[in-house]
Amino acid sequence: MVVAAAVLGFISILLAWPVPALLPGARWAYRRPTLGLLVWQIVALVGGISMISSLVLLGAATFATDLPDAATGMWRFVTHNELPVGSSVWSLLALSGALFLTAHLLLNLLVTVVYAERERARHAQLITLLSEPMADRPGTRLIDTRAPVAYCLPGALKSITVLTAGLIEILDEDELLAVIEHERAHVRLRHDIVLILFTAWKVSLPWLPTARNASREVALLLEMHADDNALNSVDRGSLARAITIVSEGGALPQRDELSAALPEPTPQDLRARLLRLA
Amino acid sequence: MNSLGELERSVMDLLWTGAESLSAYDLQSKLAAHSETGRELAATTILTVLSRLENKHFVVRERDSRPHRYRAVAAREAHMADLMHEVLGGASDRAAVLERFVGQVSSEEAETLRRILNSH
Repeated sequence: MVVAAAVLGFISILLAWPVPALLPGARWAYRRPTLGLLVWQIVALVGGISMISSLVLLGAATFATDLPDAATGMWRFVTHNELPVGSSVWSLLALSGALFLTAHLLLNLLVTVVYAERERARHAQLITLLSEPMADRPGTRLIDTRAPVAYCLPGALKSITVLTAGLIEILDEDELLAVIEHERAHVRLRHDIVLILFTAWKVSLPWLPTARNASREVALLLEMHADDNALNSVDRGSLARAITIVSEGGALPQRDELSAALPEPTPQDLRARLLRLA
Repeated sequence: MNSLGELERSVMDLLWTGAESLSAYDLQSKLAAHSETGRELAATTILTVLSRLENKHFVVRERDSRPHRYRAVAAREAHMADLMHEVLGGASDRAAVLERFVGQVSSEEAETLRRILNSH
């Protein structure tokens, strides 16, 4: 059991540090974002489980030789308040560590989900008051503001696509379609769930720099995943231009200067998304 | 979005545009004037909408007048600014992320980027 604990511990360290440090920017993941997202989810899940189970095995190894033995020992401790023979302060330390870590991860997930849901509901309320439904596009609402913005707000029953007047003004028909298809893909593919899991991971382990890398990289892969889905409806050029224009946000270059202005210092995320469309 | 939501929006629009506070009865007649059919809504419906908006801190009730009058807590523009701030992410956060990711583009990449952006 000590060997098993050591192996699991080793795996959890690998998955907590070198692996998430190496994964960002991997070409295969950018080519196939679905695969990249799958790998990230496996890394996070297996990392968490191996961290917890290595602590359990380490604690149990002090008083048991196999798993059923360990389970009996722990069960008798809980029900009869009987310390298993051979157990020490170290067993207690490792086992309560595992318990604490499990509770910590689950509670943070719960808090993150509840908080996100409250924010979403509040945001939906603001949208209701500040936007008008678009007659020619069902499920789509228009906000009268200059900033070129588009997004989709997932909802329990019905999602809302939000566009701003500034965006419609600056994009042509195909570019607008690209943005809308991209945003709808986020909702249809339930990207919000993936994102919230990684946000909870980041909140749980803020001292782990790779947890922060992970949630940023996963967010980028989700964008690429949605880009790929938008390509089913529009051509690459329209999507690339739409991405560039929307990424510029408020401070917008003139449309005809767009391609000339872009290759200066380009945000890396934007660059990665554009280059894979080539 | 439901019709109650649309009614909330119409009420807020009236409170945002008018300078003074309005009573439920003022709102009732103004809403009827704005609607296509010109029909008045039940006063209880309007009071329900107002109490929902009050609970959500979009309007405040002036209790010293009879009947109670209502006004918007903040200007439309302030709510709009909040909304845009939320959507674009905390401004400082966003700037930090961009700064971190600002990278040099090789001339080859620049050529590729230009080609994608100009393609149709």
